[in-house]
Amino acid sequence: MAFTLYSLLQAALLCVNAIAVLHEERFLKNIGWGTDQGIGGFEEEPGIKSQLMNLIRSVRTVMRVPLIIVNSIAIILLLLFG
Amino acid sequence: MADPHQLFDDTSSAQSRGYGAQRAPGGLGYPTASASPQSAFLGDPVSNMAMAYGSSLAAQGKELVDKNIDRFIPVTKLKYYFAVDTMYVGKKLGLLFFPYLHQDWEVQYQQDTPVAPRFDVNAPDLYIPAMAFITYVLVAGLALGTQDRFSPDLLGLQASSALAWLTLEVLAILLSLYLVTVNTDLTTIDLVAFLGYKYVGMIGGVLMGLLFGKVVYYLVLGWCCVSIFVFMIRTLRLKILAEAAAEGIPVRGARNQLRMYLTMAVAAAQPLLMYWLTFHLVR
Repeated sequence: MAFTLYSLLQAALLCVNAIAVLHEERFLKNIGWGTDQGIGGFEEEPGIKSQLMNLIRSVRTVMRVPLIIVNSIAIILLLLFG
Repeated sequence: MADPHQLFDDTSSAQSRGYGAQRAPGGLGYPTASASPQSAFLGDPVSNMAMAYGSSLAAQGKELVDKNIDRFIPVTKLKYYFAVDTMYVGKKLGLLFFPYLHQDWEVQYQQDTPVAPRFDVNAPDLYIPAMAFITYVLVAGLALGTQDRFSPDLLGLQASSALAWLTLEVLAILLSLYLVTVNTDLTTIDLVAFLGYKYVGMIGGVLMGLLFGKVVYYLVLGWCCVSIFVFMIRTLRLKILAEAAAEGIPVRGARNQLRMYLTMAVAAAQPLLMYWLTFHLVR
């Protein structure tokens, strides 16, 4: 199985890109995963769904700028070296 | 014409040449009693100073590295995982192959810090996983060699592939631990240590398969798979489920059930990966 660390990096980059392109208004709100729909009080058990929503929201906020940089680097490298 | 070749002369026995006064401040303590050509080189004041300067530079560089290495690699934390001795390794390997009779799986604590692996057979260590990983790569090379499929870059590919699977496992387990909001003291390095224990079973299976054939490979691998499954469940149960059990409050069924499922899933992934990473080696 030719599963190398490099392919793991590629897969991780693609996954983070996929999370970043989810549209807030058209998609997340329609399935009830919007950022303003999850913070419902301080119950004891956050539950998997609210944890996932938190995770998506934080990934989108934190990774917005680094993703631009990493994607540009990846594009340039792929153009140069195939 | 006062000695043009003083650099190459033996000055060790020449106290009257005035080099003694210059040799003392050099202070390197090299034995100059022997009448050898090297001492002429050492006795020379320029090279004395050069050596003193060089050694002070080296000491400074070492200080700098020591100060800053802790920022990038937690060396002091890693040292805990390598504090093992032969008896611990022997007992742990026995536990990995036969965990059915061991009664007490709790890690002993000593004033809030876990005891070093040397003193407690239940503590995780990184020595066995690291050695087992390297041995697995070597055994994979050996297995490929006996089938005439060996080439040096395949070794690197095997190592990289196993490392990639390990990374993926660690990330997946960390993600699921986050999603299930388990308050556990299971650190990432602990997790790497636990997930690295399966390489021991893999090596056993492949070696037996190389020596005795495919049937023995399946038998030994099956035994090691079941052992690792039981080992992981008994170890992780204390780490992941301990919170609920230790708090004493009546446990809500759904939460505990989810944690139990998580433990079972982690333990079940081990035999699958053990098979996946070794079946192409034994044909």
